[in-house]
Amino acid sequence: MVQVGLNQFLIVSTILFSLGIFGIVTRRNAVMVLMGIELVLNSANINFVAFAKFGNFGLSGQIVALFVIILAAAEAAIALAIVLNIYKTFATVNVDEIDKLKE
Amino acid sequence: MTEALLLNISLAILLLPLLGFVTLIFFGRKIPGSHWLETGIMLLCLLLSVYTGFGKLAYYVGQNLIMEGRWIQFWNVPVLGQIQMDLGIKLDNLTVIMLFVVTLISFLVHLFSVAYMKGDARYTRYFAYLGVFTFSMLGIVLTHNILMMYIFWELVGLSSYLLIGFWFEKKSASDASKKAFLVNRVGDTGMFIGIMILFTHYHTFTFDAIFAQIASGNLPFHSGAWLTAAGLLIFMGAVGKSAQFPLHVWLPDAMEGPTPVSALIHAATMVAAGVYLVARIFVMLTADAMLTIAIVGMVTSFIAATIALTQNDIKKVLAYSTVSQLGYMIMAMGVGAYNYAFFHLVTHAFFKACLFLGSGSVIHSMHHEQDIRNMGGLRKKMPITYYSFLISTLAISGIPFTSGFLSKDGILAGTLAFGSLTGHWLIPAVAFLVALMTAFYMFRLVILTFHGEPRDRHKYDHAHESPFVMAMPLALLATLSLFFWYGANPINPGTGWFLNKWVQTPHTVVPQAQRFDFMKTETTETEVEGNNKAVAGHKVAEAEYITHSEHYMHAMHQAHYPAMILSLFVGGIGIFFSFMMYHWKKIDPDKIAGSIKPLYNLSLNKWYIDEIYDATFIRGTMLLSKFLATFDNKVVDGIVNGTATVTRFISRASGIFDNVVVDGFVNFTAYLSGLIGIFFRKFQTGKVQTYIVMVVFSALILLFIFRPFF
Repeated sequence: MVQVGLNQFLIVSTILFSLGIFGIVTRRNAVMVLMGIELVLNSANINFVAFAKFGNFGLSGQIVALFVIILAAAEAAIALAIVLNIYKTFATVNVDEIDKLKE
Repeated sequence: MTEALLLNISLAILLLPLLGFVTLIFFGRKIPGSHWLETGIMLLCLLLSVYTGFGKLAYYVGQNLIMEGRWIQFWNVPVLGQIQMDLGIKLDNLTVIMLFVVTLISFLVHLFSVAYMKGDARYTRYFAYLGVFTFSMLGIVLTHNILMMYIFWELVGLSSYLLIGFWFEKKSASDASKKAFLVNRVGDTGMFIGIMILFTHYHTFTFDAIFAQIASGNLPFHSGAWLTAAGLLIFMGAVGKSAQFPLHVWLPDAMEGPTPVSALIHAATMVAAGVYLVARIFVMLTADAMLTIAIVGMVTSFIAATIALTQNDIKKVLAYSTVSQLGYMIMAMGVGAYNYAFFHLVTHAFFKACLFLGSGSVIHSMHHEQDIRNMGGLRKKMPITYYSFLISTLAISGIPFTSGFLSKDGILAGTLAFGSLTGHWLIPAVAFLVALMTAFYMFRLVILTFHGEPRDRHKYDHAHESPFVMAMPLALLATLSLFFWYGANPINPGTGWFLNKWVQTPHTVVPQAQRFDFMKTETTETEVEGNNKAVAGHKVAEAEYITHSEHYMHAMHQAHYPAMILSLFVGGIGIFFSFMMYHWKKIDPDKIAGSIKPLYNLSLNKWYIDEIYDATFIRGTMLLSKFLATFDNKVVDGIVNGTATVTRFISRASGIFDNVVVDGFVNFTAYLSGLIGIFFRKFQTGKVQTYIVMVVFSALILLFIFRPFF
C-alpha cells in the first residue's frame, strides 16, 4: 500500500498543469484555450491544498484555493464575454487568425 | 578796417569759388546761365581781394596778419611724441598781391570763356572746374603752413589734370593730362619728403614757427646739409609745378586743354605757384640750395628759349616762352633777387595771360587753326587783339614803358650782381642770351601771325574780331602790362611803390656758415666808451648787421644801369633780326636753318627730351612692369594655381573616402540593423499562443540553467 504523500499530489498537479498548457498552446478554438486555463488554475489549486496539508501553514492554502475558484469563475465569465466580442468583431474564434497584436 | 575783418574777408575769398564749384557740379544743369553765376562769384572775389589788398597795403603794410586754429592734436605719437597741426591763413604783402592777381586773371578768364567755350557739351562742368582750380590756387596763396600748402598743391594738380583733359575724347588731350599729373607727382614726392624732414624735426608745419626755429640755430637733425636737403626737396615741388628742367615736359603738352585754361593755369597762376613756394621758403634756403636753384632756372630758361625759336604752333611758342620766363623767375630767386622774382611773377602773369587769351582769340576766329604758318595779316581784321598782343609782346621782350621792362631788368641786374659777388658769370651771360632769344621769337610770333599777307586766304576771310567779353579782358590785361601800375618811374622800379613799399627781400634765417659770402653778417670792432673806468678802452665787439639785402642791393644798384643798357641792346638785336627775317625778308630763315641743321633739328624736336624720357624712364618702367607681369603670371599665379590643384586633388580623395568608407560604414550599420530586425520580426507573430510557448520554454531553460540552486 502506497502512502499518498506530497509527491503524488505534485505529480497529479504537474500532469494537470501540463495538460492545461498543452491545451492552451495547441487549441485553435478560443473556448478550448479558456478550458486549458481552467486546468492550469486547478493544478495550482491542488498545489495550494497539498502544501497546506503537508506543510505547516494552517488553513491559508485552502482559503487561497477557494479564492482561486472564485477568481476562475469570474475570469471565465469575463473571458467568455471577450470571446463573444472577438467573434462579433472578427467573425471567428480561431486564435491563429486573431493576430492584430502584430501590427 | 580791422585785422579780423580782413582775415574773414580773405577766408570768404577762399571759400566762395568752392561754393561755386559745388553748386555748379551738382545743380549746374538745372540753373539756366549758371556760368554767369560762377563768373559773378569770381567778380565778387576780385572786388573782395581788391578791398583786402587795399586794407592790407594801406594800413598793415609792415605786419603780417595771421588767423589760425587747431586742426588736430595728437598727445602721444610713437617716435614724435606730442604733435599738433594748425590750419590758418596768413596775410602778408605777397599774399594780398597774389590774391589780386589770381582773382583778376581768374575772373577775366571766366569772362573770356563765356564766349570761347560757347556750345561746348560740358559747358557748366568747365566753369565748375575753373571754380575748383581757383579755390585751390587761393588756398596755396593764403595758407600759413606748408601742410595745407601741400594739400592745395595737390588740388591744383588735380584741377589742372581735369582741365587739360577737358576734351578727353581727343587721345592727345587725355594723354597730356596724364603726363602732366604724373610728371607733377615726381616733383611732389620730393616736396613731401622735404616737408617731412622739417616736420619730423620741428613737429610743426607752420612756416613762421619753422623759420623761427632755424633762426634760433636749431637746424634739422643739427646739420646744415639737412637744411639744404629740405630746401632742395621742397624746391622739387616747384620744379614740377613751375615746369623747370628736367620736369618741364608736361607744360607744352598741357596746351591740349582749352586756351583760356592755358592762360589761367599754364601761364599766369598755377605755374607761378612754384615760384611762390620758393618765395615762401626763401629765407631758409642755404647757399648751396640757392646756387642749385639758380642753375636749374638758368638751364630751364635757356632750353625753353631755344625750343621756342622754331616752334610753329602758336600755343607751343607761348608755352615754351612761359617755361623760359618761369626759369627766369626761379633763377632770380636763386641769385637772391627775391623781390624782382616776385615782381616778374606778377607782371608775367598779366602779360602772359594776355598773350594766351590773345592766341585764344586768334584761334577762335581762325576756326581752331593753331599753325602760325597758315596765319598772317590778321592785324587789320582783329585790331584789339593785335594791339593788346603787341603790348604784351613788348612787355615780355623788355621794352621801356612796359611792366616787363622793369621786372626783367631787375632780374638781369640781380644776375649781374650775383655774378660780380660770387664769380658765377655764366648765369648773367645766359640770362642776357635768353633775353635776346625771347625778343626774337616773340616778334617772330607777332609778325607771322598779324603782319604781312595772309597765307591762308580762305581762313583769313572768315576771321573776325572777337566779341566784347573776349576783347575786354585782352584790353584790360594789356593795360596792366604798362609800367604805371607798379611805380611812377618808368626806368627804375626800385623807387616805385611795388618794390619800395610792398615787396621787400626778407632776411635770411640760415646760419652764417651756410650763407653766401655776400650774405654773411659782418661784425666790425668798434671802441666803446665803457662806463666803468677800469674797462675803459677795452675793445668790445659790437655786431653791426649788414644784412643780405643791403649788401646785395648795393651790388644790384651798381648793376642796374649796365643791365638796363645791355638788356635794351640785346632786346633790340632780337627784334631787329626778327624783322629782318620775317618782315622785310632780308635774311632767309630757311637758309640759316639749313646751315645749322643739327642745332635747328635739336630745337625743333625740343632737344629730344621727350624721346630721351621715352627711351629711359617710360621704356624702363614698361620693361619692369612687363617683367613683373610675367612674374605675376608665371610664379605668383603658378603658386596659386598649384595650391588650387593640390586642394582639388585632396578634396577629391576626401570625397572618395567619404563616399566609400564613411557612407559604407553608415550604410552597413543600417543594413545590419535591418537584418537584425528581420530576424527578430519572426518572433513577433502577434499570436498569444506562440508567446506562451516561448514563455514556457524559456522557463524550462531557466529552470535547467538554475538547476543547481534548487
